[in-house]
Amino acid sequence: MIELAGLTKRYGLKTAVRELTCVIRPGQVTGFLGPNGAGKSTTMRMILGLDHPTAGRALVEGRPYARLTDPLTVVGALLEARAVHPGRTAFHHLLCLAQSNGIPRRRVGQVLDLVGLGEVGAKRPKGFSLGMGQRLGIASALLGDPRILIFDEPVNGLDPEGIHWVRNLLRRLAAEGRTVFVSSHLMSEMALTADHLIVIGQGQLLADTSMAGFIEENARSYTRVSSPDRERLLDALNSAGLAATPASGPGADGALDLEGDQTVAVGELAAERRLVLHELCHHRASLEEAFMRLTRQAVEYQARDGAEDRRGAGSRQGWEG
Amino acid sequence: MSHARRVLLSEWTKIRTVRATVWTLASALVVTVALGMLISALLNNGFDDLSREERLTFDPTFISFAGTSLGQLAMIAFGILVVSNEYGTGMIRASLAAVPVRGELLAAKLAVATALALAVGMVTSFAAFLLGQLMLGDHRTDLGQPGVLRAVLGTGLYMGLIALFAMGLTWVLRSALLSFGVQIPFFFMISNILANVPATEKVGDYLPDQAGSRVMAVIDDGGWPYGPWVGLLIMLAWVAAAVAAGWFVLRRRDA
Ligand SMILES: Nc1ncnc2c1ncn2[C@@H]1O[C@H](COP(=O)(O)OP(=O)(O)O)[C@@H](O)[C@H]1O
Ligand SMILES: [Mg+2]
Repeated sequence: MIELAGLTKRYGLKTAVRELTCVIRPGQVTGFLGPNGAGKSTTMRMILGLDHPTAGRALVEGRPYARLTDPLTVVGALLEARAVHPGRTAFHHLLCLAQSNGIPRRRVGQVLDLVGLGEVGAKRPKGFSLGMGQRLGIASALLGDPRILIFDEPVNGLDPEGIHWVRNLLRRLAAEGRTVFVSSHLMSEMALTADHLIVIGQGQLLADTSMAGFIEENARSYTRVSSPDRERLLDALNSAGLAATPASGPGADGALDLEGDQTVAVGELAAERRLVLHELCHHRASLEEAFMRLTRQAVEYQARDGAEDRRGAGSRQGWEG
Repeated sequence: MSHARRVLLSEWTKIRTVRATVWTLASALVVTVALGMLISALLNNGFDDLSREERLTFDPTFISFAGTSLGQLAMIAFGILVVSNEYGTGMIRASLAAVPVRGELLAAKLAVATALALAVGMVTSFAAFLLGQLMLGDHRTDLGQPGVLRAVLGTGLYMGLIALFAMGLTWVLRSALLSFGVQIPFFFMISNILANVPATEKVGDYLPDQAGSRVMAVIDDGGWPYGPWVGLLIMLAWVAAAVAAGWFVLRRRDA
């Protein structure tokens, strides 16, 4: 379990993470979602004690990270930037990490095989592709067989097969009862892997919800219908008590939208009134759209906030002058 | 295995598994010995051309250590690389995730790297002395003469300490480029200039390498305001300051 309490990080004037409070529980994949620059990597670095919080704290199994004995056997992490010396072979890289935490040497070969790098253990990561580098990072996270796993954008640079592999790995680790905390800036990625979702924007918590709850709340569904005889269609829908609104967005010209799934009702109505339809289908707004809507609100809120701050400062100056 | 021993073992693996660190140590030995032999041979041949005064203060021990002026740069490079290897590559994040108590990581790394530098430094110093004397022919001295063993041991110590100084400073600077850019020109030229130009001589004599190298001389030509052990102590103070600064920065800054 990971607990964040009022976790805050400022770099100079920039607030990267703002009073983040949440709990990341075992036995499920918790997705950490936010656009680039939202503060995901910074939060993860603070959990690992790499960056010092400006305020608040992060606890791992109830303790600050630095107080864990043999931390690699409790928490395994894949960080955003490659944390590998390019001139040290993959095997030796893992070996020196293993030795520092009393992890037996044979485990190094095991994790190399596990991530599919068994063949290149004796090679220097200098020549590794992005995907191989990512796999080596995952190997170092798994080294100590930890109860908690933290992955920062693990599928970056992976090919479709690699992405599929990471997804299954995350699911399996969670199914084994471990705490899995994984960040991404792609909603579509999270939708396929995460059970629980923590969304941040501009360093602030925007949502802390189960994946199912998020879908239910945000995935609006609608029926789109279009006809060359738009006026008659509108009349028909109105008289049948079906509320329709002009569709918006690309390729929507002239079409009408109805809330929910109304394909059956609209289709039967059209047949009854002998109306020609060019389109009739049920849409589900993508989670990506829902995510963007959520983060856009945060950005606007912040922009307004910032403007007020500036105005406040300006008037104070004026008053003093 | 105790916790401290695990971390020491891990640091030892880190050092021996990167080629560059191994190479710098090897070249410190080769350069110091070879250059010392060359200069010893040259002086042996040209001994009769020296002035009377130069012949009187001729210090065969000191001459055989002439190669340290260049060899120490390889030692400094070793010290820089051991630390900057963590930073240029992001490895520091993996290292601190594995050993989150920062003072522990620093202490283990410095202990292992300094022990290694000291061992290589001692071998270098004995080899430079013995082979240098071989080149000096009739003008040679031996380990039995007063002050000679002290100078040879002191030179080995000097080589280890200069590497440790470089390590401390690199924890502060956190970049190979910056560390090489600052330290190599300083120890190659600037320090020598400061110690030999009359205007800055008084201060220059107290720079870490100038003070430390006092221990290499057996015959006092009157050019130093302090004795060999005091010189080494002055150097030690610099080293302690560099390490303390490195520790302070490592503790305070984000990784
Ligand atoms: N070391 C740093 N110094 C200054 N600003 C930083 C530093 N690290 C991150 N930031 C800033 O903090 C914000 C959050 O960054 P980050 O945590 O990397 O976001 P994410 O991982 O969600 O993309 C960004 O605006 C970034 O520019
Ligand atoms: Mg990031």
